[in-house]
Amino acid sequence: MKLITAVVKPHQLEPVKAALQAFGVHGLTVTEASGYGRQRGHTEVYRGAEYTVDLVPKVRIEVLVADDDAEDVIEVLLKAARTGRIGDGKVWCVPVETVVRVRTGERGPDAL
Amino acid sequence: MPDGFSAGDTAFVLISAALVMVMTPGLAFFYGGMVRVKSALNMLVMSFISLAIVSVLWVLYGYTLSFGKDAGAGLIGNLDHLGMRGIGLNDLNGSIPVTVFAAFQLMFAVITPALISGAIADRAKFTAWSLFVALWVTIVYFPVAHWVFFSDNGHGGWLVDHLGVIDFAGGTAVHINAGVAGLALCLVLGKRVGFKKDPMRPHSLPLVMLGSGLLWFGWFGFNAGSALAANGVAGMAFMNTQVATAAAMLGWLAYEKLRHGAFTSLGAASGAVAGLVAITPACGSVSMLGAVAIGLIAGAVCAAAISLKYRLGFDDSLDVVGVHAVGGAIGSVLIGLFATGHVGQSVQGLFYGGGWGQLGKQVVGVVVVATYSFALSWLLGQAIQKTIGFRVTEEVEVTGIDQAEHAETAYEFSAVGASLARALGTPATVTEPVAAKTNHKTGADAR
Repeated sequence: MKLITAVVKPHQLEPVKAALQAFGVHGLTVTEASGYGRQRGHTEVYRGAEYTVDLVPKVRIEVLVADDDAEDVIEVLLKAARTGRIGDGKVWCVPVETVVRVRTGERGPDAL
Repeated sequence: MPDGFSAGDTAFVLISAALVMVMTPGLAFFYGGMVRVKSALNMLVMSFISLAIVSVLWVLYGYTLSFGKDAGAGLIGNLDHLGMRGIGLNDLNGSIPVTVFAAFQLMFAVITPALISGAIADRAKFTAWSLFVALWVTIVYFPVAHWVFFSDNGHGGWLVDHLGVIDFAGGTAVHINAGVAGLALCLVLGKRVGFKKDPMRPHSLPLVMLGSGLLWFGWFGFNAGSALAANGVAGMAFMNTQVATAAAMLGWLAYEKLRHGAFTSLGAASGAVAGLVAITPACGSVSMLGAVAIGLIAGAVCAAAISLKYRLGFDDSLDVVGVHAVGGAIGSVLIGLFATGHVGQSVQGLFYGGGWGQLGKQVVGVVVVATYSFALSWLLGQAIQKTIGFRVTEEVEVTGIDQAEHAETAYEFSAVGASLARALGTPATVTEPVAAKTNHKTGADAR
């Protein structure tokens, strides 16, 4: 199994959710996040004092998938989250040792 | 009621007094929104406490020091009305009862020290601040109000009656007075930890907008009410207040767009307040076009003036100096140029054929009040700093003054706080109210 994590622009959440659902992903976890990449943040002005705000708002989407589906899900995520503009985010994938469904105790791919 | 009493004037001034009262909570929100979340409540309470302290002192001796018969030389009122004695229900000040006049002027005395608090946001001990308010109104505001507001056919306050300085609704007595005191205090207390390094962004611009809206609303009472009658001068002051404020907002925003590239909401709110401040002394002596000019100038100049603190290195947290001292000075001085002689006063400014005379008087008024206020505020601040200490510890300042000084916080953000506390087995956070303890039930049970 794999854990795929995507940090994307907040307004791309809806298209990503829809694309993942269409692909057949059953569940996902969404967290509000903030961070920056190479583009850094933005500038805000309060009574002439300029503040550089490094951390810009993002959402973090986490999906647990079976090994075989991982590459496809990454593709789906990339396609749905891409705007082509700076700050689109990152997607990464790490191996997961085990997954347990809390309600039934099922383990492994059955628990997905 | 005796001859000369006017029910219309009385009703108008009573309502004006209530409008001026709402400026103090308005100011609390204006300032409160501009500070960081960890000290928002402290900022609000610093304004509110002025309502309590000054109201009581006003009755005890404030009214008589400000508006009691002159004790000589136009410097201070006598003590005939200590505790408001000798003021009957039927005593008149012009066409309104003295009680109504006293109520109206009380509200001015309340908001003036509250204005100062913005200069020392985030770092003053509440007890020290409260003591400062009490002493400052006593030795600074009450005398200056006497100089500027107490007119008695040549036997009144020296600035208004001897020198002929025009201050319709408090540009010198209220705004320059408070603005310069703010400068003195922020020099005494020093800069906030992290000044010019840490971001100190306003925590709620909507609160700032709400506060400035309430100030604007209340200011009609402040300025129009200062006519002390429901008449044409009041109407003129009302209109001047509106158009100067509008023009100042535009002036500030234009400066900001040119200089920083954006029209900000904080700029709109600040510009409005700068306009209100500047038109305050002038609203009873200039035309509406003059008011527009004063507003535009005040908006742009105050927007530029707030950067002084970064260049000169004093930490006037919320720009009390840039908005109130500078705005008040602009309005007071411009009377010398724009007074038409046809509104409330017969004095003409330079642009209306009056020569340089009034301009000179206005400048003297500004310099005198600024010097007096700065010197006494600085001494008072030092005295408090050296005795009970004015500034909180660095630890309190960094973690937030609300919790340390008031045992409260402005907002509860955490949705998981309660369940997290249960899960972690931390001691119960709710103890029984004090009332239950007096009932011989121990509040310690809950721990």
